[in-house]
Amino acid sequence: MELTRKTAAELSALLAGGEVSAEEVTAAHLDRIAGCDDRVHAFLHVAADGAVAAAREVDRRRAAGDELGPLAGVPVALKDVFTTIGAPTTCGSRILDGWQPPYDATITRRLRQAGAIILGKTNMDEFAMGSSTENSAFGPTRNPWNLSRVPGGSSGGSSAAVAAYQAPLAVGTDTGGSIRQPASVCGIVGTKPTYGGSSRYGLVAFASSLDTPGPLARTVLDAALLHEAICGYDPMDSTSIDAPVPPVVAAARQADVSGMRIGVVTELSGEGYQPGVMARFAEAVELLESLGAKVTEVSCPNFRYALPAYYLIAPSECSSNLARFDAMRYGLRVGDDGSAGAEEVMSLTREAGFGDEVKRRIILGAYALSSGYYDAYYGKAQQVRTLIIRDFEAAFGQADVLVSPVTPTTAFGIGERADDPMAMYLADLCTIPSDLAGNAAISVPCGLASEDGLPAGLQVMAPVMADDRLYRVAAAAEAALTERWGHPLIAEAKGLGTSEPWFSGERGGSA
Amino acid sequence: MAITRDEVAHLARLSRIALTDAELDHLAPQLDQIITAVAQVQEVAAEGIPPTSHATGLVNVYRDDEPRPCLTPADALSQAPAVEQQRFRVPRILAEE
Repeated sequence: MELTRKTAAELSALLAGGEVSAEEVTAAHLDRIAGCDDRVHAFLHVAADGAVAAAREVDRRRAAGDELGPLAGVPVALKDVFTTIGAPTTCGSRILDGWQPPYDATITRRLRQAGAIILGKTNMDEFAMGSSTENSAFGPTRNPWNLSRVPGGSSGGSSAAVAAYQAPLAVGTDTGGSIRQPASVCGIVGTKPTYGGSSRYGLVAFASSLDTPGPLARTVLDAALLHEAICGYDPMDSTSIDAPVPPVVAAARQADVSGMRIGVVTELSGEGYQPGVMARFAEAVELLESLGAKVTEVSCPNFRYALPAYYLIAPSECSSNLARFDAMRYGLRVGDDGSAGAEEVMSLTREAGFGDEVKRRIILGAYALSSGYYDAYYGKAQQVRTLIIRDFEAAFGQADVLVSPVTPTTAFGIGERADDPMAMYLADLCTIPSDLAGNAAISVPCGLASEDGLPAGLQVMAPVMADDRLYRVAAAAEAALTERWGHPLIAEAKGLGTSEPWFSGERGGSA
Repeated sequence: MAITRDEVAHLARLSRIALTDAELDHLAPQLDQIITAVAQVQEVAAEGIPPTSHATGLVNVYRDDEPRPCLTPADALSQAPAVEQQRFRVPRILAEE
């Protein structure tokens, strides 16, 4: 039995039935990481000892007859933006290299309480700023579909780990698309829950009005299981919504779109979109229609201003949030030679500790917030945000969910956009509106683009706290597409070679 | 030009980032390009539209003021770059006369 090929739901059943131990499941995934992470570089830190100890504890509790949840003994990879007692948290930055947080993030704590086994911390764009994971100070992650391509970002370590079978589940964060875009280009599922639906406590802040933790997985049901485990009200986060988690697992099992109204967003298509991505998207929409959904076209005219508004709001918040890295209480300190003053040490430390993209965004934010420019930039962007929320409200009056591609292209080449910020920013074109409006959205694989044979994703967007609708639609699309292909799309990923014993015999037909 | 090299240098000083000349040469034209692109928001007719700072609409969230455990001094200082007498040791904060 190849345990790394199992879904989280399958592992959960095997564990509950006593057919495998959590220790065996954990060992299989640690072996897989050891066997291929020199090529993928999904992990910044592998917490092997802690994972094995946690697995033994789950096995002990199960043997003792304790009531355990569905994720008990199931491995998970955690983006290196969440604080973890006992494992370093770097956020992909030199300025936090080696930092050992003295507390657990709420997401970390909930995973531990659920008995999930934290395998380690995954690579990311520095402070979650980027769409390719190339902005990590510790080197890029590679896409398991094609090792010369990026895995998306900023949660690219999390998406690559799941696509490479190093973990069945991973947690990421989405500020402008950082869960959905990497999920799309790695051919897996990723959800940005409703803002306020998942806790930011213990999440190293980038843009606080946007940062949203969420799940990545190879199947829609697995994403729902993780969603349910990590989401929900947290008094430690002042923007947490005090309401029950929408019934996402039930919705994923329901997988029924009959009678649902699905709106295709006119503005999220056209110039700059790869034809192969649009072709797979159009087929997915037709498929949903054939399953009984009512498809209409909806217009959200202000979405064209979402990208520029985002690149004012997010950098503004980042320039404020990252002021905490002042070299005084934790993290890197450079130039403290006994004669230099605090401001000089601060400036030298931030110069040495931050990478180019972080510097660009801090300076951009400082500019947008400057007196004299505030009204023309930050103020205007906040008004655009209101208009985008109104566009969503009008669209959700006509449709239960909205759909679009997740990102305009498939995975681009490593280095291709690394020093062209505007080209990089376009990767988030379709995902940013839901971040600005705070509503829920999911990315689910919808096929391979004919130009390059790389995965494309279908984005489904739902109103605030209607996250369950995402799972109904995504699960219906997944079931119908998997039936058409004869296998899950991820079975087509060949970037790590086809020599693994389990690879042959499970791939028939093409996507 | 939306932003000059000198303005970028000024903003970097305000942001406490000791950019090198080479970095300024590299970043200033990129920032100029980005600011030109984001300036598109100014096209929007937003007269009378209220600003949105965050999407939940929540205001003034309080919790009960109850004592609870917090970090020990040893934990709080464990990651400090420099410690002296159970305190964070920092570089001098006043200029030398």
